[in-house]
Amino acid sequence: MIELQDAAYGYGGGSLLSDINLRLAPGSFHFLTGPSGAGKTTFLKLCYADLQATSGRVTLFDQDTSEMSRDEIAHARQRMGVVHQDCEFLDHLPLSENIALPLTVAGRGGVEQDGNLSELMGWVGLSARANALPPELSGGERQRAALARAVITDPDVILADEPTGNIDWEMSLRLLQLLVELNRMGKTVLIATHDLALIRAAKAQVSARVLRIASGRLQLAGADL
Amino acid sequence: MSALSGLLDILKGDAQADRVVPRRGHSVRLTLFTSGAMAFLAVFALALSLASGRLADRWSEALARSSTIRISAPAAQMEAQIWAVLEVLEQTPGVASARALTEQEQRDLLEPWFGPDLPLEDLPVPRLVEVIETAEGYDPDGLRLRLAAEAPGAVLDDHTRWRRPLVRAAERLRSLGWISMALILGSVAAMVTLAAQSALAANVKVIRVLRLVGARDHYIARAFVRRFTLRALTGATVGTALGMIAIALLPSAQEEGGFLTGLGFAGLHWLWPLTVPILSAITAFWATRAAAFKTLRSLP
Ligand SMILES: Nc1ncnc2c1ncn2[C@@H]1O[C@H](COP(=O)(O)OP(=O)(O)OP(=O)(O)O)[C@@H](O)[C@H]1O
Ligand SMILES: [Mg+2]
Repeated sequence: MIELQDAAYGYGGGSLLSDINLRLAPGSFHFLTGPSGAGKTTFLKLCYADLQATSGRVTLFDQDTSEMSRDEIAHARQRMGVVHQDCEFLDHLPLSENIALPLTVAGRGGVEQDGNLSELMGWVGLSARANALPPELSGGERQRAALARAVITDPDVILADEPTGNIDWEMSLRLLQLLVELNRMGKTVLIATHDLALIRAAKAQVSARVLRIASGRLQLAGADL
Repeated sequence: MSALSGLLDILKGDAQADRVVPRRGHSVRLTLFTSGAMAFLAVFALALSLASGRLADRWSEALARSSTIRISAPAAQMEAQIWAVLEVLEQTPGVASARALTEQEQRDLLEPWFGPDLPLEDLPVPRLVEVIETAEGYDPDGLRLRLAAEAPGAVLDDHTRWRRPLVRAAERLRSLGWISMALILGSVAAMVTLAAQSALAANVKVIRVLRLVGARDHYIARAFVRRFTLRALTGATVGTALGMIAIALLPSAQEEGGFLTGLGFAGLHWLWPLTVPILSAITAFWATRAAAFKTLRSLP
């Protein structure tokens, strides 16, 4: 699915991430932790080709991201669901259309959308907000909407950056439940989070590997997690 | 998308794709107004081109590249002078053919003025030699000099020649009209490019979100291209209609009327202005497409 080989990244000459080696096997479940500013978001950006590694290789669906055309990157993103940390939406479209956006841009709007959309919005507790515009939403509502948008296309890989940062514990578990179910259906999941309780809750249900970024390196976290 | 399928897509439309880019900004009215104004001007440039083209054709036909030599001489010398003139003409470069009009032909020419029973033999009527020139034409001053030497009674009458500079001017005017058309379309392209660039810059965040959820550049570009193409088409249609009405309301042209009254469209030429909205739309399509892809490639 996604593979990083000796990948490194630095902003403006400096080095943030180095010697990153990781293979996200199909159907695997990973957590990514690390202190604020460690480079979790940057790592995810390498995975969805928003950033290009400064050295090493990042492979996405068996293609080297540095050799992918813009259209190939777009196509790869259509097979991925990403919850971005800053959860950007199209502010002029109602929430339901924003959540269906990945289907729309992939030319898959219409029938497929009608089936999943209302069910998904119900699951993340946003049914009543379907016609709200994104700027009217709370931080937590935006995160739930972002997760709904990420999974609406039934993607092969789900990358979520702090998907529960602003969300109460009960709703966080609900979102986790959704990701665990998708993983059981064979989807590959990677969640970047600070929330150790969430990681523990997940490990009770699936076999998840926990990775940690510290001083620019990727390590397997201790067994205490 | 190939250019053609792109243009067809534009006309078909895709309501959903169209909504992903917000509808806002003054660039809408600017594009409508400017393409309308440009189309109005283009109609006049076209009218100028076509009218001056007609004028040039009419005038150059009138020239027909023929002139006459009039020979006045005492009856005894007449034949000799005619021969001398014909011989001079034979040796003049630029003369295709020359022939003396027969007495009967001259009688026919004069009949309308003097009636049928004209005793031509008894009158000192000059004889006429008709000269047809080649495309290059002859040198009238040189010919005059030689005629004066060989046949003192011969007078070269090339009165149609004064029109030649006028034909050239009309032809120049016609090309100026076409150049104006090209400049106007160029301005439409420049204006649409600027408006599209400003719309793209105002929507950087929208473009970023679309890219992140997997939209291809073509998909994003199409939303902009469709919008600007339709605006240019609408504006230009209104502008063209107004321009055509203005031209139709000009005082009507007389057959050999002055140049100004001849400005306008004749017959099938009325179909020409209909190309203005189409050309404007095609121009806007390409200009927006180029601007969109350039901007998109510069964004991650
Ligand atoms: N565009 C950028 N230009 C320069 N530096 C950047 C840029 N984006 C991030 N950084 C820096 O890179 C480092 C890692 O940022 P990143 O967002 O990957 O951290 P993170 O682990 O996701 O942190 P958090 O847990 O707070 O989200 C930070 O020090 C940040 O300041
Ligand atoms: Mg982050």
